[in-house]
Amino acid sequence: MSAVVAEHDDHHDDHDHGPAKGILRWIITTNHKDIGTLYLLFALAMFFVGGSMAMIIRAELFEPGMQFVDPQFFNSMTTMHALVMVFGAVMPAFVGLANWMIPMMIGAPDMALPRMNNMSFWLLVAGVLMLASTLFMEGGAPAGGWTLYPPLVLQTGKAFPFAVFSVHLLGISSIMGAINIIATILNMRAPAMTLMKMPLFVWTWLITGFLLIAIMPVFAGAVTMLLTDKFFHTSFFDAAGGGDPVLYQHIFWFFGHPEVYVMILPTFGVASTIIPVFARKPLFGYSSMVYATASIAFLSFIVWAHHMFTVGMPLAGELYFMYATMLIAIPTGVKVFNWTATMWKGSMTFETPMLFSIAFVVLFTLGGFTGLMMSIAPVDFQYHDTYFIVAHFHYTLVPASVFILMAAGYYWLPKWTGHMYNEKIGQLHFWLSTVSVNILFFPQHFLGLAGMPRRIPDYAIQFADWNMISSIGGFIFGASQLLFLYIVIDTIRGGTGEKVTDEVWEDAHKHGLEWTLPSPVPYHTFTTPPAVIPTEHI
Amino acid sequence: MKKTKQLFAGLTLLASSQQGAQADYTLNLMEGITKVSNHIYDLHMLILWICVFIGIAVFGTMFYSIFHHRKSKGHKAAQFHENTTVEIIWTIIPTLILVAMAIPATKAVIELDDVQDSEMSIKVTGKQWYWDYQYLDNGIKFESHLDEASEKAHRLANGNPHSVPHYLLNVDKPLVVPVNKKIRFVFTAADVIHSWWVPELGWKKDANPGFINEAWTYVPKAGTYRGQCTELCGRDHGFMPIVVIAMEQPDYDAWVKKTLAKQQEAVDLSDLSREDLMSKGASMYLKNCVACHQINGSGITGTYPALTASLRVTGPIDPLIGFIQAGTSRMPAFSKLKDDELAALITYIRNAPELGNSVGDEIQPKAITPVYDD
Repeated sequence: MSAVVAEHDDHHDDHDHGPAKGILRWIITTNHKDIGTLYLLFALAMFFVGGSMAMIIRAELFEPGMQFVDPQFFNSMTTMHALVMVFGAVMPAFVGLANWMIPMMIGAPDMALPRMNNMSFWLLVAGVLMLASTLFMEGGAPAGGWTLYPPLVLQTGKAFPFAVFSVHLLGISSIMGAINIIATILNMRAPAMTLMKMPLFVWTWLITGFLLIAIMPVFAGAVTMLLTDKFFHTSFFDAAGGGDPVLYQHIFWFFGHPEVYVMILPTFGVASTIIPVFARKPLFGYSSMVYATASIAFLSFIVWAHHMFTVGMPLAGELYFMYATMLIAIPTGVKVFNWTATMWKGSMTFETPMLFSIAFVVLFTLGGFTGLMMSIAPVDFQYHDTYFIVAHFHYTLVPASVFILMAAGYYWLPKWTGHMYNEKIGQLHFWLSTVSVNILFFPQHFLGLAGMPRRIPDYAIQFADWNMISSIGGFIFGASQLLFLYIVIDTIRGGTGEKVTDEVWEDAHKHGLEWTLPSPVPYHTFTTPPAVIPTEHI
Repeated sequence: MKKTKQLFAGLTLLASSQQGAQADYTLNLMEGITKVSNHIYDLHMLILWICVFIGIAVFGTMFYSIFHHRKSKGHKAAQFHENTTVEIIWTIIPTLILVAMAIPATKAVIELDDVQDSEMSIKVTGKQWYWDYQYLDNGIKFESHLDEASEKAHRLANGNPHSVPHYLLNVDKPLVVPVNKKIRFVFTAADVIHSWWVPELGWKKDANPGFINEAWTYVPKAGTYRGQCTELCGRDHGFMPIVVIAMEQPDYDAWVKKTLAKQQEAVDLSDLSREDLMSKGASMYLKNCVACHQINGSGITGTYPALTASLRVTGPIDPLIGFIQAGTSRMPAFSKLKDDELAALITYIRNAPELGNSVGDEIQPKAITPVYDD
């Protein structure tokens, strides 16, 4: 074997600086910009796939009684909606942003490991396709919730091993992406770019990368144990053989809690990038932002069982996880205060990226408040597994992570394409999204407090009004996102026709290296590192 | 267009159903009826007001800034980017608030955890998809299923949820408890994880297969309290409600006596008329079979077999009796069915027009031959 490897003489690097021609350009590309584009477009496609599933859920919940789907299919929809949105849309979108922006932000020519970069994208596609294929299998797609709790998940039909293997693929893809990002940030910064001068988006991704490397193997291990329990007569999670179903929940949430921070930390990074530019001020408290991000990441590893307050933990466990969880409010509060202080006495303008970022700060904070409420263990005995929780995590994911992804799209599209998007339609998209997302999710707080459990396809009559309102909000929100699709396509094809400058946004070149490059960005950038770096962002 | 029609239909139905037996919808957490639930409600209100207060302060500042510090008003950007004093203050104040919250929260956790000195115990077993109650002190034992009216309303294409009192929140046999007694619950499950929640008692607790969880309550006021399973437990997770009826001690004693007497009655093996067999069979079917085999006997392709025109159902009776009592790796054993119930069920599934079967025979309780003796 090794003799063969030794024969492998590799000296045929080509020095062609343009992309390959045709479809092959996208399949074999190792260019960080191309791969970033692939990630972002794939994430956008999955956003609509996962979104259609949400539309099915909201249609069934529009009024009491079963109208459209079978309860089992409804459960498949809630499960697949979550898995597709988390692993197919939000995470890949942030990896796409990382691919595009990190090398340009730190003055590097490309990612550190370009071939692995290509592989991690295509593994992602394979993983998501395998997951989606379970929809067409005998017995239906997984329907035990995205948490895949045993014993319920073991009742899945033919789809079960495919779901497990798709988690493996997605895990490998994420780990490779994370390794690549960490290697790039630690090794390829321009000489002047010391760690404490990095843009916050780079900082948050560095920390997120470590989170991913720590947690994805844990999830892969957990689902592998499910697999052997199902097919090889092990009893990790089966009491009859000496196992414990609650063990799975501990392992899952040891992965699952940092996982939700994987989706929110880069969000913080983008918000900290955009707000100073449109406030025309340096970011307030750069170093406290870095330390707060690191603290949140650390805390995320030691609070997992707050997802399990009602599972039957010993008193000491309940208390410990309650106290540890409450602590998260402190660094998170620091971030919100810092963003507010950044806006304070600025000279603000409100283009679409800024509007989405401000909505993020406000609505993410609302989600944070309900999170703080749920950290109080005895009160969580009421909130747990109700629509209050559904409202909470959707506030922290949709008008937070998804809004910031939209903001990032509007913010960097002119740089990527060299074209300006249509500001009027952008603002229309913003207002429709912001109003409807609140019609969609705010009433769910009331439903949960009034006693409606989550993951039910039908409900008692007293929950009818708010469900109908929530569904109407959902349909408007879903339809509004088509505007975003239109804007992306329109901007790529020329947008307003207005020629954008290199810095695009007023004085943006003081805030980040990417704005010192031409618009649209050439295929290869920073082949020699920049000598001077902007410092307005720190 | 269709959506608009549905919206109007929904609103009209809502308006017409207001006088029905439904709980009013609420915006806030219910206070509940127990001391614990009141403590939890107070904690909820406290933390809610803290959040509202912080929210007003932060968003107020932010919107003041958004309104005044804008370029269009000619505001020039200041260039400060740190202030250690301010940063220390906004780290310390939240910490103090959290410590202040942690103290009453800790008390409530300890209170909830204390199952000692209980006066009676009830074992609750979650099953797909109903609850099984066992009174450990007097031997009462029964299953609690979703009531027939709700069952039909959600399963039939022409079902009307608005006409059903307490739609999806009603059961055939409620859990009956005495007031003013400390009651200890022990929870477990037979198949997958379930969770038992009655909001007015103030807590929920998971029922894990193979393990025991404990919780307690002390109901100070007679009344009917409703809840639902809150841990996703499969297809009919949304259809396994909980009803607790709290009674004054004498009423409770009478209920215990009556229930025990009924439980100890020997099975009545006398012959039943065909109508009785069919109607009793229909209700057994709704309770035990419908979740998998569906209301029209169609099953679910690839998952649950159809009963319509099934050879096993319409073939010889004796193997069918054995099959239902013994179950398979996929289907639970229904050895819990008494002879009269089984006779009615079998007559029903062989002859019910709604299942599309018409063998034309019947079987009487006496003809049931047991495969297992308990």
